[in-house]
Amino acid sequence: MDKDLSLPPAPKRPIGEAKIWLTSIGLALGLIMIFGLLGIIVYNGLEAFWPKTAYAFTVQNEPEGEKTTIYGNITKDQTRHVLNAEGKQESIHEYQIFTGNKEKFGQAFRFIDVHRIVNQEELPRLMTLERLEGGKAIVDPIGIKLQNGSVLKATDSEFLSDFQRLTDEADHVRKSVHRIEKGDIGAINNKLDELQREVKIIERSYDIREVNGVSVATLKDNPIVDDIKNPIAELAKLKEQIGELHREYETYTAQVAKLREHEGKDILLYQLGNNDVQEMPLDQIVYGFMPNELGFFGKLGVFWHHFTGFILDDPREANTEGGIFPAIFGTFIMTVLMSMLVTPIGVIGAIYLREYAKQGPLVQSVRICVNNLAGVPSIVFGVFGLGFFVYYLGGSIDQLFYWKKLAVDNTPTFGTSGILWASLTLALMTLPVVIVSTEEALSAVPRGLREAALACGASKWQMIQRIILPCALPGVMTGLILAMARGAGEVAPLMVTGVVKLAPSLPIDGEGPFVHLERKFMHLGFHIYDVGFQSPDSDAAQPMVFATTLLLILLVVVMNLAAILIRNKLRKRYQASSF
Amino acid sequence: MNDTKPYEPPIIQVDDFSFFYGDKQVLHNISMDFEENKVTALIGPSGCGKSTLLRNINRMNDLVPGVHHQGDIRIDGTSLYDPKVEVISLRKRVGMVFQKYNPFPKSIYENIVFPLRVAGRNSRSELDETVERSLKGAALWDEVKDKLHQSAYGLSGGQQQRLCIARAIANRPQILLMDEPCAALDPIATLKIEDLMEDLKKDLTIVIVTHNMQQATRISDKTAFLYLGNLIEYGDTAQIFTNPKEEQTEAYITGRFS
Ligand SMILES: Nc1ncnc2c1ncn2[C@@H]1O[C@H](COP(=O)(O)OP(=O)(O)O)[C@@H](O)[C@H]1O
Ligand SMILES: [Mg+2]
Repeated sequence: MDKDLSLPPAPKRPIGEAKIWLTSIGLALGLIMIFGLLGIIVYNGLEAFWPKTAYAFTVQNEPEGEKTTIYGNITKDQTRHVLNAEGKQESIHEYQIFTGNKEKFGQAFRFIDVHRIVNQEELPRLMTLERLEGGKAIVDPIGIKLQNGSVLKATDSEFLSDFQRLTDEADHVRKSVHRIEKGDIGAINNKLDELQREVKIIERSYDIREVNGVSVATLKDNPIVDDIKNPIAELAKLKEQIGELHREYETYTAQVAKLREHEGKDILLYQLGNNDVQEMPLDQIVYGFMPNELGFFGKLGVFWHHFTGFILDDPREANTEGGIFPAIFGTFIMTVLMSMLVTPIGVIGAIYLREYAKQGPLVQSVRICVNNLAGVPSIVFGVFGLGFFVYYLGGSIDQLFYWKKLAVDNTPTFGTSGILWASLTLALMTLPVVIVSTEEALSAVPRGLREAALACGASKWQMIQRIILPCALPGVMTGLILAMARGAGEVAPLMVTGVVKLAPSLPIDGEGPFVHLERKFMHLGFHIYDVGFQSPDSDAAQPMVFATTLLLILLVVVMNLAAILIRNKLRKRYQASSF
Repeated sequence: MNDTKPYEPPIIQVDDFSFFYGDKQVLHNISMDFEENKVTALIGPSGCGKSTLLRNINRMNDLVPGVHHQGDIRIDGTSLYDPKVEVISLRKRVGMVFQKYNPFPKSIYENIVFPLRVAGRNSRSELDETVERSLKGAALWDEVKDKLHQSAYGLSGGQQQRLCIARAIANRPQILLMDEPCAALDPIATLKIEDLMEDLKKDLTIVIVTHNMQQATRISDKTAFLYLGNLIEYGDTAQIFTNPKEEQTEAYITGRFS
C-alpha cells in the first residue's frame, strides 16, 4: 500500500487571522500617533528657526479708499466661514501676518482679508530685525546714520555687511558689559552683602557709645551673637573692607561706562511702508538679516544662528525671545542630581529588601507599598517635598548653618524651594521604579555565582558588593532610565519645590563654591507651560513652545541614550555568559 | 590504612549525621571518615543526598532557609558547628567546585585572586604568584597565560571549569569538594579534569560526587554508596566495584536501577 507522502493542503484562512490583524492595527495606530506627534513637534520646532520670506503687502480696505503698505511674514493662511448681513454663509480667505514692531502697531500680528490685498511683493531690501526690546520687527531700511554724521545708504552694496559689523560690535560691547556686571560686580555685591550682614550682626548685638572720648561696646539685651572679643575693632575692620570693595566697584563701573561710551550713537533709519523715516539705535538690534536676499545656504546659516542662539543664549523679554540655555541647563542638572540621589537610595533599599530582609508577609507588604508609590499623583510628591524637604529639612539646615542670614536679613537659604529639594522630591517620586528594577536584577543573578562567591570565603556583603551588584548594574540602569524618562519631563512637583520662570543665576557657575544647590532654577517643562500659557502674546510664543518642546524631548532622548549605552557596555561585561 | 600515623585523626569525620530540609529528612545517621590526600567518590542515584552531604562539609547548606541537622561533622578534630568556628574561615580551608561551572564576570586573573581579595590580601606579587600557581595546578596556565586580563567568559566550558578549580585552590585549601564537576563537559574536557585530580590529591583531600561509575573507578581511592539518604557501603574503590558487600550496591553498579 502506497503511503500518501504529500503534505496536507494549507488552510485557506489561518485560524485567528482576524485577531492578528487587530493586534497589528493596534500597533499601527500607536505608532502613527507617536510618530505623528513627534513629526509635528520636530517640524514646528525646527521651522521656528527658519527665516521666512518677508512681503510688502499693499492693502486697500475701502473700494476707493486709501492704499496702505505693510511689511510682514505670512504665518497662517486660513478660510473662515461667517454669516453675512443677509444671513448667508460667506467664506473669508485671510492671512495672518506677522509684522513685528509691537510698540508701533500695538500688536505683532494682524489678519488681512486676501481680497483686499492689491499687491504682494517680495521686496529684496526688507529686513527682519531681532531687537533687545519689543520683539522682532520687519522693516525697510533706509540707511545708517553714523556717529560722525555720515550716512551709509541701504542701497549701497556693502550696506548689509556694514550693518552686521556694527551690530556685532554692539553685541560685543553688550557682552563685555554683561560679563562685568554679572561676574565682577555680582561677586562684589555678594561679598558686600556678606560684610554688611556681619556689620548688622555686630550693631544689633552691641551698643557702641562714646564715653569720655573712648568708644565702649556693651552687649545688648537680645544679641544675635555674644562672643566677639573686640566688636569695635571688628566693626572698623569690616567697614574698611566694605570701603575697599566700594572702591573696586567704582573701577568696574568706570570700565562699564567707558565701554558704553559709544553705545547708542549709530542709528538705523528705516520706514514701515508709509515713507515716515523712523530711527532706531543700532545697539538695540541683536541680529538682522534680509530674508529675501538669502539663497538656500544663506537661509541655512540664519537657521543655524537662530538654533545655536536658542540653545546657548539667555531668555529675553519675559522668556518670549532669546534662548533657553538656563532652562536646558537646569533640566539637565536637576535630572543628573535626581539620578545621583535616587540610585544609591533605591539600590540600598532593594538590596535590603531582596538580600537581607527576612522574606515574609511584612516584606511583601512593604514591597507592595513601594510599588504603589509609583501611582501617587506627582503633585502630591510636590506638596510633600515642600512640606518636608523645604520647610522642615531646609528650615532645620538654615537654623543650624545659615542662622546669621536668617536672623539679620530674614531670608532663608535652604529653607526655601531650590534645585536640591526639587531633585530630592523627584528622586522620591521615581524611587519605586529603581527599587523594583534593582530587585528584579538582584534576583536574576544566577545562584551559581552567589554560591561560588561564598565558597571562596566571601562574606555576604563582599558577595553582594563584588559579584551581585556588578551583575545587577544593567538592571539598575534600566530602572534609572525609566526614572529619568519620568523625572525629566515632570513639571507639577517642581512648581512648588524650586522651579521659577526666570532664574537670576545658574545652579552651577564660576562663583563661590561653584555648586549652588539652594538656588532656584529654570526647567524646560515649566518653560513650555510659562511661555505657552502665561505669556500675553500667545501667537508670538507658539514657535518658542514647539522649539522648547523639541529640545526637552531631545534632552531626554540624549540622556536616555547615554544611559542605554552605558547599560549595554555593562551588559557586555557582566552578562556575556551562558548561565 | 594509616598505620604510619596512627594518632592523627582522619581529616573529615562525619559522625552520626542527619540532615533535614524543613521536615524532610534527606540524610540518615551517616558516619564515615574521609582520609587525607585521597580522592573519595560519593555515588548513588539522583536525589539520594550526595550533594547535600558534600555541601554540609563547607556549610553551604546554611544558605537554605529552614534546614537543621543532627550529629556532627569534624575537620581535623574540630566540629564545624562549634560556635567558635567562623563559616568564612571554614570555607577558606575547604574549596568547592560546582556542577555548573560558574566563573565570575571578571577577568581570568581576577577570578583566581578573588578568594585572596576577599581575605584582604592584595599584594601584587602574592596575587601574581597565586595566579600562576593555581593555573598551573589546574593545568590551564599554558592555555591562558597570554590572556589573563581578558574576560573569563571567553573560555570554553572545560576551560571555565578548570578556571573554577584554579579559583578553588587559590587560597591553598586542605580540602576540595567537587559536585559532579564534569557533568556539563564533553569527554575530552572530562579526561583533562580527571588527570588533574590525580595531581591535585598530592596536596589535597578531595571529595567528589559523580554519576559516572567509570569515572569513580578511574579517579577515586575510596567510594561511598548512598541510597535514600543512607550510607549503604563505604570502602576502597576496587573493593566496592569488584566485590560489593551489599546487594543494593551491586544492583546500583551493575546498572539495575537509577
Ligand atoms: N534546597 C532544598 N530544599 C528542599 N529539598 C531539597 C533541597 N535540595 C535538595 N533537596 C532534596 O534533598 C534530597 C537530596 O538532594 P541532593 O543532595 O541534591 O541529591 P543528589 O545530589 O544525590 O542528587 C532530594 O530529595 C532533594 O529533593
Ligand atoms: Mg547533586
